[in-house]
Amino acid sequence: MPKAQSVRPLAIPAISTRLLLTAAGVVIVLLALAYLVAFDQGALSRSGMYMHELMHDGRHLLGVPCH
Amino acid sequence: MPLTPSFGRILLAGLLAGVLAGLLAGTFAYFAGEPRIDAAIAIEQQNALAHGEAGADDELVSRDTQKHVGLLLATSLYGLAMGGILATAYTLLRRRLRTGSDSRAAIGLAGAALTGVILVPFLKYPPNPPAVGDPATIDQRTISYLAVLILGLVAIWAGVLAARTQTQEWRRATAGLAGFLIVVAIAYVLLPTINEVPDNFPAVLLWKFRIASLGTQTILWTVLGLAFAGLLNRQAVSDTAQRIAAKS
Ligand SMILES: [Zn+2]
Repeated sequence: MPKAQSVRPLAIPAISTRLLLTAAGVVIVLLALAYLVAFDQGALSRSGMYMHELMHDGRHLLGVPCH
Repeated sequence: MPLTPSFGRILLAGLLAGVLAGLLAGTFAYFAGEPRIDAAIAIEQQNALAHGEAGADDELVSRDTQKHVGLLLATSLYGLAMGGILATAYTLLRRRLRTGSDSRAAIGLAGAALTGVILVPFLKYPPNPPAVGDPATIDQRTISYLAVLILGLVAIWAGVLAARTQTQEWRRATAGLAGFLIVVAIAYVLLPTINEVPDNFPAVLLWKFRIASLGTQTILWTVLGLAFAGLLNRQAVSDTAQRIAAKS
């Protein structure tokens, strides 16, 4: 049985320009996804108001101003 | 086998934890929140009829789809996004978080987000059900909401900086809380007050909706933090096992 202390903390990549650029790209994509759920009115989803209406209740319950 | 530290697998853990958190939050939202939204929409339609407007018969998506697929899609996509952002923040900030425990670091970051992104905005701009809110002010309300959310994160950061000026535990806690509250107080005073609740909107329904919304968001960030910590721990355990196997 390995003890809890014997598990070493997870190795973390060193901060490099490459990591920062990758992280920035990931965050931009994920913020766009959050925008799609929370605020988009068709400009991003290219589906008219369909996605906006589909996720309407989630928006209210996630605390985002809706209408 | 060399164990290269990678952003990819930390990100994957965050995304997985996020979808799980979103699905659980959405399930809670369905049971606790949907009855309130239905009741609020009924009031909205009564109001529209009373003003001689046509009811919302030309709906693009049926209520049934909004309540089931739509709700779960919204919460799980939102959870996915938040999970990935949490994992990215974890990767970039892990070295600066002064704890030897990965779980404490992960849960601490999720707790900070819950406070800054959920609790601080909730108390200034509590969420509203349909039938509450003037469509003409939606842009101003959206900007104010984003502003309070960003200031909530700034307040957390101020609290951490203030805590780090002290060495004794009780002084750290006091300084941290003070730094946080000062920024929150300034934000609350500077940002505009918004109250668009109609006089005849039932108070109990508003309360129940807001509690359901707070519960949904709290579950999302709590499950996200715990599941992310759990997945990171699994990776650390398997890395340790590999290291031991490589030695023998
Ligand atoms: Zn709405």
